[in-house]
Order: sequence, then C-alpha cells, then structure tokens
Amino acid sequence: MFLINCPYCGPRNEHEFGYGHEAHIARPTVAQYEQMSDAEWADYLFMRKNTKGVHFERWVHTKGCRRWFNVARHTVTHEILAVYEMGKPAPQLDTEKK
Amino acid sequence: MSESPLTFGQDATTLKKVPNRMARLPPMKQRYSIFSLVRNALNYHADWQEAWRSPDPKPAYDVIIIGGGGHGLATAYYLAKEHGITNVAILEKGWIGGGNTGRNTTIVRSNYLWDESAHLYEHSMKLWEGLSQDLNYNVMFSQRGVMNLAHTVHDMQAMRRRVYAIQLNGIDSEILTPAQIKEIVPMLDCSPNARYPIMGASFQRRGGTARHDAVAWGFARGADERGVDIIQNCEVTGFKIVNGTVQGVETTRGFIGAKKVGVVVAGHSGVIAGMAGFRLPLESHPLQALVSEPIKPILDTVVMSPQVHVYVSQSDKGELVLGAGIDAFNSYAQAGSPPIVEDQLNALIDLFPAFSRLRMLRQWGGIVDTCPDASPIIGKTPVQNMFINCGWGTGGFKATPGSGNVFAHTIARGEPHPLATPFALERFTTGYLIDEHGAAGVAH
Repeated sequence: MFLINCPYCGPRNEHEFGYGHEAHIARPTVAQYEQMSDAEWADYLFMRKNTKGVHFERWVHTKGCRRWFNVARHTVTHEILAVYEMGKPAPQLDTEKK
Repeated sequence: MSESPLTFGQDATTLKKVPNRMARLPPMKQRYSIFSLVRNALNYHADWQEAWRSPDPKPAYDVIIIGGGGHGLATAYYLAKEHGITNVAILEKGWIGGGNTGRNTTIVRSNYLWDESAHLYEHSMKLWEGLSQDLNYNVMFSQRGVMNLAHTVHDMQAMRRRVYAIQLNGIDSEILTPAQIKEIVPMLDCSPNARYPIMGASFQRRGGTARHDAVAWGFARGADERGVDIIQNCEVTGFKIVNGTVQGVETTRGFIGAKKVGVVVAGHSGVIAGMAGFRLPLESHPLQALVSEPIKPILDTVVMSPQVHVYVSQSDKGELVLGAGIDAFNSYAQAGSPPIVEDQLNALIDLFPAFSRLRMLRQWGGIVDTCPDASPIIGKTPVQNMFINCGWGTGGFKATPGSGNVFAHTIARGEPHPLATPFALERFTTGYLIDEHGAAGVAH
C-alpha cells in the first residue's frame, strides 16, 4: 500500500489514485508527425521503458482533487522518491543508493 | 508444497552428490508408473532417481534458453524432441519453476476471440490433452470446465459473439442459462436479487486446471533426459553482440557462447531486451493470487466473473484458489497492494455468500509482462539469432506447452512457426494488433 503525497491535497491512501503509466513521453508535434515513419509511431505509442529501478510515472488523484502529477518511484522497493507537478522535468535523483 | 512421491526427487536434501563429469551424461530415466510407485514405497521412497542433473555450464551451446519457467523448459523439451537439437542450455537465475510457473492459478482454456489466438491456444490445449503421457509425468491435467459469468445485457452480447467465434474455429464452447449454471455450481448465488444478477455464462468443458509445479518438473525431466543442461542459479548479466548478431551471454557463472539465444523471461523481458539494446511494448505489473484453508470438495469447475471481478477454482488439496486483476502500477517486487485482495474477496462473497466463513491461508504476487493488445510476442528480435517469447501477461500458464512448441520451431528453423507468425514484434509497427482484452478475462 502506497502513501502518495498529492501535491495539492497532501498524503493520501493509494486507493484514491489512478495510475497514468510512464511520464515524459513527448507527443509528436503536427510538423513531426507528417514526417514520422511507422517504426517511430510504434515507438511513441507502444514501446515503454518499463524500468527496473527508479521509474518516472503519472498518477491522478481520482477520488480527491482529480489533478494529475508526476511521481518518481522505485519499482522494486516501491519507495516514492519524489512527487512533482505536470510539466516539470524529471528531477535528478541519487539513484546509487538503490 | 506437497510431498507426493512424484515430487520427491526435487527435494535438495535428498540429492546424491555426483561429480560433475558424471553429471555430463544424461542418464536413462526410470519410468514413472503405479509399479515404480509401489516398488519405491517399499524402500520408503529413498531410491528415487533425481529428475534432472545439475551440470556446470559448457563453454558454448547451439541454443541457450534464458529462463527456466514452464515456457522455457517446454521450449528446450520440444527443441530436443521435435527438432533434434540437444546441445541446449537453460539458464535460470533462481530455481526451476520458482517464478510465475509456481505463482499462477493453474487455469487452462482456449476460449479466445480472434482466429490467431484461438489457433495458438487450441494448439496448446491439444498438447495438454496428451501431456502426462508424452512426458511420463502426471501433470494432473483436469478438464473440469471453465465458466465465464455474464451479469449484464452487454456481457451477454459480448459473450455470445465470443462463443460463436470460438465455435466457428472448431473449439468447444457453449452458452449456459442461469438454471444450467445453478445445476453445475449449486453454491453460486444465481438469484435475481443478487447485487449483480447472473444472466448466463459461457462454458468450455475441455478447459480446466493442471498442477503447475508438475508441468515445470515434467518438462525439465524430459528435456534433461534428451541431453539439455538445466543450469540454475545462473543469472544473465549481458550479451556479446557482434555486427548485430548474438555470440553468447554473460552470466554470473561466466561467459557462455551460443549460436542462438531464446529469451523467455516473462516479467523481466524488458530488462533483458535493454541488455540487448532494443525496446519492447511491455509493462511489468504485480498479479496477486491467494488460497483459502482447505475444505471438502465444493467446486468442481472454474468460475470466472470479469464483471464482479474474481475467478475461483478448488485445488486437489481442497483450497479455493482465487485471483483477479493486476495492480495498476509498474513493479518488479512480486508483491502488490492490499486493496486488490480486498476487492476480489468482496467479489467472491458476492458470488458465493457461503464462502464468507472461510479464512484465507496464503497470498502472493508474481510479475507479469502485459502487452498493449493482451496478446503475446513470439518471434525474432532486432538482434540476429536472438528470439523472444514474452508478453503473455496474466494468462501464460495455459499456453505453456503450445508456447514452447511454436517457439522451439521458431528457434530451430530461424523463422516463425505458422501459428506464431501473427504474434511477431513487428505487429506494433504494422498495426496488426490482436486485441484479446475481452478473452483475457478477469485479470484485466
């Protein structure tokens, strides 16, 4: 069970949240997708990092403020290392300790 | 874990130490039968032959299979049996069948919607039907039927569509009325006043369960007998790839050369692909299961409800075995969150009010590699002579023999088996997805 620190509501039970999968996947711009090959589309739509270690991912506070935000979480220990707002870049974390 | 006579040979404390050069020779296997059981019973089961050797790795092999779960062991077995390729090693980072093979809920069925999946899973079902005889190992395959409940008009429509599609593929499947359901499963709450009244069900009578550990051990014994080296406690840490062609694998027991490599590592497929430098459309999630205290026989089929969201069967030991959905988040921890367990127990009691008095004995998790279209990936990789079999998600156990069979063909010939062709990694580029979220059932 995770205790997730919603940036807008504070720490809440995992059951209140929805999972939004990998963060920081940039949607292609109109100019880009005119040029994109099928392989590049496949990479954008389907291919995932599926990191074993610190994973940057999106969550939504479905049963609270209903706002989206990003979380850096370790996929083996389940430790939440950072919570940060949508649009912010992924934080630099000391991942050596895990 | 039960200590039936047939599993006695796996007990590490009973293994006789033999020098490794002796272990190099695949011994003739004793046949298992009622007579061998009686004969060994007279000796207090002290003389059972070990089921497989534990050799040191050779410097190189024709084929290396990464992953000693059911699918990897089956691949090696069929490579040796059907393609005559016996210079094969299976590398397992833990112990044989200690991952998802020992963590699943043992259900076998072939009731899939699309032709591609129906043919693949039915191929597997046909192998299940002769597997105990083929392996000379009792995998306790029990065709007790698999029932999928429908609770809404939309459930009924989707169910009819799937049942008719399955029938058109020549696979057994039928629609049951609530009265027929009640006859087969008297414990089920079929009253119209239930919170989610049961309107009907689909039923595959050839579906059922098998003993998951026995499947791993049977394939391991069969592969070992044909000369395959099963190397446990040997984790792959990297690949040697020259000009885009794999030359061998780096392991915790040193470098091992290989002409071909087959990757069958379920939840860790993304990690292995990362070592080889390509990406997969997979996410790894925990899938939890639990068993109750053992009770007298009460449920002689498998009942699933995708809508109320639980599935349950009764093991030969008398425990109710139940499961439901994955935890939504990515994880490699082999453990999930309590709300998933709570939700599936609520669902169980909705369907079977009498089970509310039961206590649960054990709960565990495994890591499943889920694909965007809930179908597996079988075939070539961007690396020459490296093949992959992954993405079985929440339902790989049922496919164990079929998956190994088509993957062995794919590795041996260097080209996909006709049944595996649609499941190539390229389908995510071509857009030829095989959407089986409906047939994947409760687990999604």
